[in-house]
Formats: sequence, structure tokens, C-alpha cells
Amino acid sequence: MNSRRPGEQGNQTWPNRRRLISLAAVVALLVVSPQAALAQRPAVTAPGDIVVVGDAIPAPLTTTQPDAARGRAILLDRAKGNCLICHRLPVATEPFQGTIGPDLSGIGRRLTTSQIRLRLVDQSRLNAATLMPPLYRTAQLVRVDAHYRDKTVLSAIEIEDSVAYLASLKD
Amino acid sequence: MVQSGRTAAVLAFLMIGAAVFSANAQSPDRPASRPASPKHGTVFQSPATQALQADDGANPAMLWVGQGETLWSAPAGPENKSCATCHADGTQSMKGIAATYPKLDPKSGQLLNLESRINQCREQHMHAPAYTYESAQLLALTAYVTIQSRGMPRQVTVDGPAAAHFERGRAFYMTRQGQLNLACAQCHDDNVGEKLRGDTISQGQTLGWPGYRLEWQTMGSLHRRLRACSLGVRAEILPFGSPDYVALELYLAWRSKDLPLESPAVRR
Repeated sequence: MNSRRPGEQGNQTWPNRRRLISLAAVVALLVVSPQAALAQRPAVTAPGDIVVVGDAIPAPLTTTQPDAARGRAILLDRAKGNCLICHRLPVATEPFQGTIGPDLSGIGRRLTTSQIRLRLVDQSRLNAATLMPPLYRTAQLVRVDAHYRDKTVLSAIEIEDSVAYLASLKD
Repeated sequence: MVQSGRTAAVLAFLMIGAAVFSANAQSPDRPASRPASPKHGTVFQSPATQALQADDGANPAMLWVGQGETLWSAPAGPENKSCATCHADGTQSMKGIAATYPKLDPKSGQLLNLESRINQCREQHMHAPAYTYESAQLLALTAYVTIQSRGMPRQVTVDGPAAAHFERGRAFYMTRQGQLNLACAQCHDDNVGEKLRGDTISQGQTLGWPGYRLEWQTMGSLHRRLRACSLGVRAEILPFGSPDYVALELYLAWRSKDLPLESPAVRR
């Protein structure tokens, strides 16, 4: 319980020494931590700042490392990507798959990572008549329910996770 | 030079063609149109659901029709009037009526669907309180009045003073909306028969409403069904009886011109 060393017990001449050390530590943290936090917090590209090059978005939307397994879960989640409502994916455990969009099997062979990214972010930049919902866009949308207003369907890292999974579909 | 000029002309032609095509496929300016080969909503249901609808003894919606028949002659308001006081036998007087709604009310200039018309009757002629939209009573009376037009061709008026409402409904149908940015037409005109997960996309015909939806485990109005579509594309879910939904209802009714009513339907 008592972490004090016996010698410190009667040390009345420097009552504030430990307090001073604590203070110094706090000051040091205050000075250092914003920079540390900046270094750790991932940089995220806002929907309005996306740079399209040709038919692709070359730059990832976030500096966070994507995870294809997480992407697979996001795409299957009905409250997230909900891709199977319109598309087919090589997932044998999902019997009811949509037929509206293209079959996504082998999409990683047909398209580059950057091309897949644009198609998830906002396919209407390539085809104004597309049915594909813009998954990372908030502008120029009409009558959006208050619950979803000014929000993207997927977050930046969710897009990147999804891109990583789709890029891995080679057959 | 000649070669590049020709190439440029071909390119320009292609670009214009693409622009026209893409505008046509998603623009709010897309003209009103009816499906080339019209299909009732029932066609898109499973055989079991179709069988449930076909048998009045098994169709759960018939419970609401039965309640509606009782309400038809139930007195309300200070003068103890009922629907039957003025309209006598509903099975005769209401024949073909539902097939003509929504309809413009000449006095108020408002577009009324059957639900609003029933409530207008209660308030103005019976001096009784309006039923709440989607209440069991309003669903029951609407279902009772609608079944008197079962099998009769739909005929709504969309010209004259109704034209502005029709245009409002058309524009609503053609305009992309919601976080998912989809217009009604993109599914119900352009992708009929395709699969949304296990469900087949219908033509969005509205001949079966009010109807019993298995997902709800109860009877519901067309507006409840429209609200489910709004939710699906993450658009604003409008109030029951809102002018936009009534205008859309008129457009959809025009779209199913001459098709026989089939309410009360059973839907998945």
C-alpha cells in the first residue's frame, strides 16, 4: 500500500518536491501531447476534398492501415455497405444476392485499387445515370432524412477497408 | 484534317448521345411514362403469398374489410349520422369510387385520396372527428370502400385543375432523393424483375392498397408503404397524407390506368 520509501517519511523541508515533479510532468505532457496526438490521429480526406484523376481516386481517404477482413464484414453488413442487396460477391454463405449491379467476383482483377475507390466514393462522377449510391459524398443530395444528413454512408476507413477487400477478389 | 474533323464529329455525337441518355435515366425532367407491359404487384409475390390473397377466407385483410362494413353503418357525431345515412348500401353506392382516387376536391382545390375523402365526409357532413391516419378504423373503412371496386379498371383524372398535382407527383417519382440518391423510376421503371437480395423489384403498381403486409403483420395504407420506400433510400419520411405522397399517389394511379384494382392485397 505505502509506496513511500521510509526515508521520505519525515521530509518536511521539501514538501513540494513531489508536487513540483508532477507539475513539470503535466507541463511537459501539455507541450508534447498535441504534437503526439497529431502524429497519431489519422489524416482523413473530407468528401469535398477528394481528388479524382481520370476514372480513379489514387490517394487513400485516410492514413489508417486498411483491413480487408474488416472490409468484407462492412460490405456484408446490411446497415453498412449492404452490397448484396444489388451485387453478387463470392460469399457462399449468403444465398440471396442482388442482380441489379455487376457481379463483384474478380473485381480486383478488372479494376485497380484507385478505380475501385472512386466507384465506392461516387460512381456518378463516371456515369451520371448510375444506380450506385455515393458512399462518400454529402453534397447535392435531395431530401436526405435528418438522421443521415451531412453524413456519408461509410466512413473514410470503412471505404478503405472495403476497397482492400474488393481489390483482393482476384477470381 | 478531314479525318480528325470526322473523328471529332463522331466523338461529339457520342458525347451528346451519352449526355442525353444519362439525363434521361436520372433527370427530374424525365417524362411521365407507363410500363410497356403492366404487371400487378401480386405477380412479384411468392406462390404462397398469392394464394393467401386469392382466398377471401384466408386473406387476413378481410378482417379489416369486415370491420369497415360495421363502421359503414355505425352512427357518429351529434346528428347520429353514419356513412349509410347518405350513401345507403355501400356495396352499391361505392362501386367504382376507389378506382377514381386520388381526386381533386372542387370546393377546396385540394387533391384528396380516399382516406382524406372519408375524413372530410366525417368532419363536414357527420360533424364527427376525423379518424387518425393509419388507425384501424380508417384502414377498415378505406378497405371496405376500396373492395367495392375490386376488379374494376383504374381511372383517375390528371388534366385540368389536377394537372399541377400530377406534375408534382411525376417530379417526385423521377427525382433522386435520400442519402442513397435514388429515384423511384430507377428501380420501378428501369430495373423491374431484378433481385434486391431475395425480393423481386415490382413495377410499383398501387392497385392492392390498402393491403396486408406480412412484414408488418397488419393492414397498412399506400402511404405506409411509400414511407418504407423513403426509409429504404434514407430520404425524409413524409407524414401520412402529406401533399407530396398524395401527388405521388396520383401519378402512380395514372401509371396503372385501366388495370383492375386488387385491394385488399397481401404483400411480403
